[in-house]
Amino acid sequence: MVGWEVGRMDTTRSSPAGADGAEPVLQQHFDATIARDQRIEPRDWMPEGYRKTLIRQIAQHAHSEIIGMQPEGEWITRAPSLRRKAILFAKVQDEAGHGLYLYSAAETLGADRADLTDRLIEGRQKYSSIFNYPTLSFADVGVIGWFVDGAAICNQVPLCRSSYGPYARAMVRICKEESFHQRQGYELLMTMMRGTAAQREMVQDAVDRWWWPSLMMFGPPDDASPNSAQSMAWKIKRHSNDELRQRFVDMTVPQAEKLGVTLPDPELRWNDERGHHDFGTPDWDELMRVIKGDGPCNAQRTERRRTAHEEGTWVREAATAHAAKQAARAQKGAVA
Amino acid sequence: MTPEKPTDKPSEKQSEKQDWPLYEVFVRGKRGLNHVHVGSLHAADDRMALTHARDLYTRRNEGVSIWVVRSEHIAASTRDEKDPFFAPSADKVYRHPTFYDIPADVPHI
Repeated sequence: MVGWEVGRMDTTRSSPAGADGAEPVLQQHFDATIARDQRIEPRDWMPEGYRKTLIRQIAQHAHSEIIGMQPEGEWITRAPSLRRKAILFAKVQDEAGHGLYLYSAAETLGADRADLTDRLIEGRQKYSSIFNYPTLSFADVGVIGWFVDGAAICNQVPLCRSSYGPYARAMVRICKEESFHQRQGYELLMTMMRGTAAQREMVQDAVDRWWWPSLMMFGPPDDASPNSAQSMAWKIKRHSNDELRQRFVDMTVPQAEKLGVTLPDPELRWNDERGHHDFGTPDWDELMRVIKGDGPCNAQRTERRRTAHEEGTWVREAATAHAAKQAARAQKGAVA
Repeated sequence: MTPEKPTDKPSEKQSEKQDWPLYEVFVRGKRGLNHVHVGSLHAADDRMALTHARDLYTRRNEGVSIWVVRSEHIAASTRDEKDPFFAPSADKVYRHPTFYDIPADVPHI
């Protein structure tokens, strides 16, 4: 076996799994790396299930960031001040950036960027159900920052220690930026709550609409989440859906009090014995419906992404043609 | 040595498409530090790769200098397990300062 090879430093993989009968040894090496809490890196041998699970999870995560630009992007032209417009621009640009960090991580596993885009616009890969709800008022922009980005932080902070190196490193970058997202949302809502009665009503209305879908962002309850155990054994995931959901509720309740809004759950109360808040059960049938494509905005979100992709075709082709022309000229110049 | 095909097979349609080449991005965080690999991106040419890298990886002053290089131009060592590539460094303990016994009362050594 040679010690080096030319090729993509990340994705070029060595001999196929088990081709030299070494799979048990490789599996042991992989298991030991996970057990030592070290990271798996792109060129390491890994079980096919681990690779597939990661590609699916990272792609889904990337798609969520990309589709996530739409609900808030709709408010850029209607933001009430230049300050809010600039903030919203920066936030939506960050979401694009997050999608690209994650696509980059998925590519280290052998996924193909253009193929991932196709899978998204053809509906063959999913994105977070939360982005299939409409943004009806400007208060929604604030509530998305507070709830949706807050929930994303709960989900993503533990992923910074995920066992797959490129995914964990992408999450570190993303988490640093999410904090701005959450704070701008909360600050926006504080400003509105200091405004007129109509503005306060607008905030409460947005809270009422986004609370339950935000709780659903953590996925189905643990006993209905069959893949979670394997992902946790592989240390891709560090906490269960229900643990993270509880963490989000506990974190958000005091913030809601401070803001002066009511979370729309009559069962929500502090449980001294558990040291956590008790809360009601989200409508899991609704989550399943939205995931299956029957949410308020599923068709619109995918269609918008498809249109953007198709309308950008000539730009991609022109840049390719320009690059080819420049390369040909450079070569001609070198010969002459 | 044939690289294994990805399990998530690209669709038929995809193979006809010409994707922009992949670039690896390295950023110098500030003066005095090395460039560090931060990720990858697709671009039609070097110039576009640099501007994309700026927009993607340095939106918050994370860098003062960027290198981009076509991924296919990088030569890399193979994975670690069973690979003798790094073995020559393992048995040369005399390369480390701790190999040498020096009396405790000898100053500054």
